[in-house]
Amino acid sequence: MSHLGDLPMWAAVPIAFFLILGSTLALLGSLGLVRMRQFYQRLHAPTLNTSWGTASVILASMLMFSVLDTRPILHELVIGVFVMITTPISLLLLGLAALRRDRVKDSPDLTDLARTRRITGRDPADPAETAPED
Amino acid sequence: MSVLFPHPLLSLALTTMWLLLTSPSLGNLILGSIIATIAGQIVSRLHLPRPQIRRFGMLIHLALIVGLDIIRSNIAVTGIILGGPDMADRRSDFVELELRLKDRNALALLAIIVTATPGTAWLEYDPVSSKLLIHVLDLVDADEFRALIQDRYETALMEIFE
Repeated sequence: MSHLGDLPMWAAVPIAFFLILGSTLALLGSLGLVRMRQFYQRLHAPTLNTSWGTASVILASMLMFSVLDTRPILHELVIGVFVMITTPISLLLLGLAALRRDRVKDSPDLTDLARTRRITGRDPADPAETAPED
Repeated sequence: MSVLFPHPLLSLALTTMWLLLTSPSLGNLILGSIIATIAGQIVSRLHLPRPQIRRFGMLIHLALIVGLDIIRSNIAVTGIILGGPDMADRRSDFVELELRLKDRNALALLAIIVTATPGTAWLEYDPVSSKLLIHVLDLVDADEFRALIQDRYETALMEIFE
Protein backbone atom coordinates (compact mmCIF):
# COMPACT_ATOMS: atom_id res chain seq x y z
CA MET A 1 0.00 0.00 0.00
CA SER A 2 2.65 2.53 -1.07
CA HIS A 3 0.11 5.05 -2.35
CA LEU A 4 -0.98 5.67 1.25
CA GLY A 5 2.00 8.01 1.45
CA ASP A 6 0.30 10.24 -1.14
CA LEU A 7 -2.54 10.88 1.25
CA PRO A 8 -2.46 14.44 2.57
CA MET A 9 -2.74 15.01 6.30
CA TRP A 10 -6.10 16.80 6.13
CA ALA A 11 -7.62 13.67 4.60
CA ALA A 12 -5.72 11.07 6.64
CA VAL A 13 -7.00 12.37 9.98
CA PRO A 14 -10.76 12.11 9.24
CA ILE A 15 -10.24 8.79 7.40
CA ALA A 16 -8.48 7.32 10.44
CA PHE A 17 -11.15 8.78 12.73
CA PHE A 18 -14.04 7.24 10.79
CA LEU A 19 -12.27 3.89 10.41
CA ILE A 20 -11.55 3.65 14.12
CA LEU A 21 -15.07 4.80 15.01
CA GLY A 22 -16.61 2.23 12.67
CA SER A 23 -14.50 -0.66 13.87
CA THR A 24 -15.03 0.29 17.51
CA LEU A 25 -18.80 0.25 16.96
CA ALA A 26 -18.51 -3.14 15.23
CA LEU A 27 -16.49 -4.48 18.18
CA LEU A 28 -19.01 -3.11 20.67
CA GLY A 29 -21.89 -4.59 18.71
CA SER A 30 -20.29 -8.03 18.81
CA LEU A 31 -19.47 -7.59 22.49
CA GLY A 32 -23.10 -6.78 23.18
CA LEU A 33 -24.20 -9.83 21.25
CA VAL A 34 -22.12 -12.00 23.59
CA ARG A 35 -22.85 -10.21 26.85
CA MET A 36 -26.62 -9.70 26.75
CA ARG A 37 -28.80 -12.35 28.40
CA GLN A 38 -32.06 -12.28 26.46
CA PHE A 39 -32.49 -12.94 22.79
CA TYR A 40 -34.45 -9.71 22.33
CA GLN A 41 -31.65 -7.68 23.88
CA ARG A 42 -29.16 -9.44 21.63
CA LEU A 43 -31.17 -8.33 18.59
CA HIS A 44 -30.16 -4.73 19.27
CA ALA A 45 -26.41 -5.11 19.56
CA PRO A 46 -25.55 -5.94 15.91
CA THR A 47 -27.54 -2.92 14.69
CA LEU A 48 -24.54 -0.88 15.86
CA ASN A 49 -22.57 -2.57 13.10
CA THR A 50 -25.23 -2.15 10.47
CA SER A 51 -25.94 1.52 11.21
CA TRP A 52 -23.02 3.77 12.11
CA GLY A 53 -20.47 0.96 12.06
CA THR A 54 -21.05 0.48 8.34
CA ALA A 55 -21.63 4.18 7.69
CA SER A 56 -18.31 5.21 9.22
CA VAL A 57 -16.28 2.64 7.31
CA ILE A 58 -18.10 3.66 4.10
CA LEU A 59 -17.36 7.34 4.74
CA ALA A 60 -13.71 6.57 5.38
CA SER A 61 -13.47 4.48 2.20
CA MET A 62 -15.25 7.09 0.05
CA LEU A 63 -13.06 9.87 1.38
CA MET A 64 -9.82 7.94 0.93
CA PHE A 65 -10.40 6.76 -2.63
CA SER A 66 -11.93 10.08 -3.70
CA VAL A 67 -8.80 11.90 -2.51
CA LEU A 68 -6.41 9.35 -4.05
CA ASP A 69 -8.23 9.26 -7.41
CA THR A 70 -9.05 13.00 -7.33
CA ARG A 71 -12.63 12.26 -8.42
CA PRO A 72 -15.70 11.41 -6.31
CA ILE A 73 -15.96 7.66 -5.64
CA LEU A 74 -19.49 6.99 -4.49
CA HIS A 75 -20.20 3.31 -5.13
CA GLU A 76 -19.76 2.51 -1.42
CA LEU A 77 -23.12 4.24 -0.97
CA VAL A 78 -24.75 1.30 -2.74
CA ILE A 79 -23.34 -1.04 -0.06
CA GLY A 80 -24.77 1.22 2.62
CA VAL A 81 -28.21 1.30 1.02
CA PHE A 82 -28.32 -2.48 0.65
CA VAL A 83 -27.17 -3.10 4.24
CA MET A 84 -29.82 -0.63 5.39
CA ILE A 85 -32.73 -2.19 3.49
CA THR A 86 -31.84 -5.87 3.98
CA THR A 87 -31.07 -5.94 7.73
CA PRO A 88 -34.71 -5.49 8.78
CA ILE A 89 -35.70 -8.62 6.86
CA SER A 90 -33.41 -10.96 8.78
CA LEU A 91 -33.92 -9.19 12.11
CA LEU A 92 -37.69 -9.31 11.70
CA LEU A 93 -37.66 -13.02 10.85
CA LEU A 94 -35.35 -13.79 13.78
CA GLY A 95 -37.52 -11.75 16.13
CA LEU A 96 -40.73 -13.43 15.01
CA ALA A 97 -39.16 -16.88 15.26
CA ALA A 98 -37.97 -16.13 18.80
CA LEU A 99 -41.41 -14.85 19.79
CA ARG A 100 -43.03 -18.00 18.46
CA ARG A 101 -40.56 -20.23 20.28
CA ASP A 102 -40.83 -18.33 23.57
CA ARG A 103 -44.64 -18.39 23.47
CA VAL A 104 -44.66 -22.15 23.04
CA LYS A 105 -42.05 -22.59 25.79
CA ASP A 106 -43.76 -19.93 27.94
CA SER A 107 -40.37 -18.33 28.43
CA PRO A 108 -39.81 -15.94 31.37
CA ASP A 109 -38.20 -13.49 28.93
CA LEU A 110 -41.66 -12.53 27.70
CA THR A 111 -43.85 -10.02 29.48
CA ASP A 112 -47.64 -10.41 29.40
CA LEU A 113 -47.73 -7.85 26.61
CA ALA A 114 -45.42 -9.94 24.46
CA ARG A 115 -47.24 -13.17 25.26
CA THR A 116 -50.45 -12.06 23.50
CA ARG A 117 -50.56 -13.05 19.88
CA ARG A 118 -51.30 -10.18 17.54
CA ILE A 119 -51.30 -11.68 14.08
CA THR A 120 -54.67 -13.34 13.81
CA GLY A 121 -55.72 -13.77 10.23
CA ARG A 122 -55.13 -12.67 6.70
CA ASP A 123 -53.84 -9.32 5.62
CA PRO A 124 -56.79 -7.26 4.29
CA ALA A 125 -54.48 -5.01 2.24
CA ASP A 126 -53.04 -7.87 0.22
CA PRO A 127 -55.09 -8.56 -2.94
CA ALA A 128 -53.52 -12.03 -3.26
CA GLU A 129 -54.95 -13.03 0.09
CA THR A 130 -58.54 -11.91 -0.37
CA ALA A 131 -59.38 -15.08 -2.28
CA PRO A 132 -59.86 -18.06 0.03
CA GLU A 133 -56.91 -20.40 -0.25
CA ASP A 134 -58.40 -23.67 0.84
CA MET B 1 -44.54 7.00 -20.29
CA SER B 2 -46.28 4.79 -17.75
CA VAL B 3 -46.30 1.88 -20.21
CA LEU B 4 -42.56 2.02 -20.75
CA PHE B 5 -41.72 2.98 -17.16
CA PRO B 6 -44.37 1.53 -14.85
CA HIS B 7 -42.08 2.23 -11.88
CA PRO B 8 -40.20 5.44 -12.79
CA LEU B 9 -38.58 5.83 -9.36
CA LEU B 10 -37.27 2.28 -9.35
CA SER B 11 -35.92 2.62 -12.87
CA LEU B 12 -34.23 5.90 -11.96
CA ALA B 13 -32.70 4.36 -8.83
CA LEU B 14 -31.42 1.35 -10.79
CA THR B 15 -29.85 3.56 -13.46
CA THR B 16 -28.14 5.62 -10.75
CA MET B 17 -26.90 2.44 -9.09
CA TRP B 18 -25.52 1.16 -12.39
CA LEU B 19 -23.64 4.40 -12.94
CA LEU B 20 -22.26 4.33 -9.39
CA LEU B 21 -21.04 0.74 -9.71
CA THR B 22 -19.43 1.25 -13.12
CA SER B 23 -17.56 4.28 -14.38
CA PRO B 24 -19.92 7.04 -15.54
CA SER B 25 -19.93 7.17 -19.36
CA LEU B 26 -22.51 7.47 -22.13
CA GLY B 27 -22.33 3.72 -22.87
CA ASN B 28 -22.96 2.81 -19.27
CA LEU B 29 -25.82 5.28 -19.08
CA ILE B 30 -27.51 3.62 -22.07
CA LEU B 31 -26.85 0.09 -20.76
CA GLY B 32 -28.02 1.05 -17.28
CA SER B 33 -31.21 2.60 -18.67
CA ILE B 34 -32.00 -0.53 -20.68
CA ILE B 35 -31.54 -2.76 -17.62
CA ALA B 36 -33.60 -0.39 -15.47
CA THR B 37 -36.43 -0.34 -18.03
CA ILE B 38 -36.54 -4.14 -18.20
CA ALA B 39 -36.42 -4.39 -14.40
CA GLY B 40 -39.32 -1.92 -14.16
CA GLN B 41 -41.36 -4.09 -16.55
CA ILE B 42 -40.62 -7.22 -14.49
CA VAL B 43 -41.58 -5.52 -11.23
CA SER B 44 -44.88 -4.35 -12.75
CA ARG B 45 -45.73 -8.01 -13.47
CA LEU B 46 -45.49 -8.68 -9.73
CA HIS B 47 -48.36 -6.23 -9.09
CA LEU B 48 -46.70 -4.63 -6.10
CA PRO B 49 -48.35 -1.54 -4.67
CA ARG B 50 -46.65 1.42 -6.30
CA PRO B 51 -45.39 4.01 -3.80
CA GLN B 52 -47.14 7.34 -4.15
CA ILE B 53 -44.62 9.78 -2.82
CA ARG B 54 -46.42 13.07 -2.41
CA ARG B 55 -43.81 15.20 -0.71
CA PHE B 56 -40.16 14.71 -1.62
CA GLY B 57 -38.99 17.57 0.62
CA MET B 58 -40.56 15.84 3.61
CA LEU B 59 -38.79 12.60 2.67
CA ILE B 60 -35.40 14.30 2.78
CA HIS B 61 -36.35 16.00 6.04
CA LEU B 62 -37.31 12.62 7.51
CA ALA B 63 -34.03 11.06 6.33
CA LEU B 64 -32.09 13.79 8.17
CA ILE B 65 -34.12 13.28 11.37
CA VAL B 66 -33.58 9.52 11.18
CA GLY B 67 -29.84 9.98 10.56
CA LEU B 68 -29.52 12.13 13.68
CA ASP B 69 -31.64 9.73 15.74
CA ILE B 70 -29.47 6.82 14.66
CA ILE B 71 -26.35 8.64 15.87
CA ARG B 72 -28.04 9.41 19.18
CA SER B 73 -29.25 5.85 19.72
CA ASN B 74 -25.83 4.46 18.75
CA ILE B 75 -24.46 6.38 21.73
CA ALA B 76 -27.28 5.15 24.00
CA VAL B 77 -26.86 1.50 23.00
CA THR B 78 -23.07 1.74 23.38
CA GLY B 79 -23.69 2.96 26.92
CA ILE B 80 -25.95 0.01 27.71
CA ILE B 81 -23.51 -2.52 26.25
CA LEU B 82 -20.68 -1.06 28.31
CA GLY B 83 -23.00 -0.90 31.34
CA GLY B 84 -23.32 -4.67 31.20
CA PRO B 85 -26.15 -7.21 31.08
CA ASP B 86 -27.67 -6.10 34.41
CA MET B 87 -28.26 -2.62 33.03
CA ALA B 88 -29.86 -4.12 29.94
CA ASP B 89 -32.17 -6.26 32.10
CA ARG B 90 -33.31 -3.21 34.03
CA ARG B 91 -33.94 -0.96 31.06
CA SER B 92 -35.27 -3.16 28.24
CA ASP B 93 -38.92 -3.95 27.72
CA PHE B 94 -41.63 -4.60 25.14
CA VAL B 95 -43.89 -1.79 23.96
CA GLU B 96 -47.12 -2.06 22.03
CA LEU B 97 -48.45 0.71 19.88
CA GLU B 98 -51.30 1.20 17.49
CA LEU B 99 -50.40 2.56 14.10
CA ARG B 100 -52.61 4.77 11.95
CA LEU B 101 -50.37 4.10 8.97
CA LYS B 102 -51.91 1.74 6.40
CA ASP B 103 -49.87 2.15 3.23
CA ARG B 104 -47.67 -0.91 2.79
CA ASN B 105 -44.67 0.96 1.43
CA ALA B 106 -44.86 3.42 4.30
CA LEU B 107 -45.04 0.52 6.78
CA ALA B 108 -41.98 -1.04 5.16
CA LEU B 109 -40.12 2.25 5.51
CA LEU B 110 -41.17 2.51 9.16
CA ALA B 111 -39.91 -1.04 9.74
CA ILE B 112 -36.56 -0.07 8.22
CA ILE B 113 -36.35 3.04 10.40
CA VAL B 114 -37.24 1.16 13.60
CA THR B 115 -34.80 -1.66 12.84
CA ALA B 116 -31.97 0.56 11.62
CA THR B 117 -32.16 2.60 14.80
CA PRO B 118 -30.15 0.68 17.40
CA GLY B 119 -32.13 0.00 20.54
CA THR B 120 -35.49 -0.62 18.89
CA ALA B 121 -36.51 -3.88 17.24
CA TRP B 122 -39.71 -4.31 15.22
CA LEU B 123 -41.13 -7.67 16.28
CA GLU B 124 -44.73 -8.27 15.32
CA TYR B 125 -47.25 -6.26 13.34
CA ASP B 126 -50.83 -7.22 12.75
CA PRO B 127 -52.44 -5.47 9.77
CA VAL B 128 -55.97 -6.30 10.98
CA SER B 129 -55.76 -4.57 14.37
CA SER B 130 -52.83 -2.27 13.34
CA LYS B 131 -51.03 -3.26 16.55
CA LEU B 132 -47.26 -3.32 16.56
CA LEU B 133 -44.95 -4.94 19.11
CA ILE B 134 -41.52 -3.36 19.52
CA HIS B 135 -38.70 -4.36 21.85
CA VAL B 136 -36.80 -1.40 23.25
CA LEU B 137 -33.37 -1.78 24.82
CA ASP B 138 -33.29 1.54 26.65
CA LEU B 139 -36.87 2.22 27.67
CA VAL B 140 -37.34 5.13 30.03
CA ASP B 141 -41.05 5.82 29.59
CA ALA B 142 -43.37 3.74 27.40
CA ASP B 143 -45.78 6.62 26.69
CA GLU B 144 -42.94 8.90 25.72
CA PHE B 145 -41.57 6.23 23.40
CA ARG B 146 -44.97 5.72 21.73
CA ALA B 147 -45.32 9.45 21.24
CA LEU B 148 -41.83 9.57 19.75
CA ILE B 149 -42.57 6.95 17.12
CA GLN B 150 -46.02 8.31 16.33
CA ASP B 151 -45.21 12.02 16.21
CA ARG B 152 -41.75 11.85 14.79
CA TYR B 153 -41.99 9.13 12.18
CA GLU B 154 -45.57 8.06 11.63
CA THR B 155 -46.94 11.56 11.05
CA ALA B 156 -44.15 12.33 8.60
CA LEU B 157 -44.68 9.04 6.76
CA MET B 158 -48.41 9.67 6.52
CA GLU B 159 -47.73 13.07 5.00
CA ILE B 160 -45.34 11.55 2.49
CA PHE B 161 -47.36 8.54 1.41
CA GLU B 162 -51.03 9.05 2.19
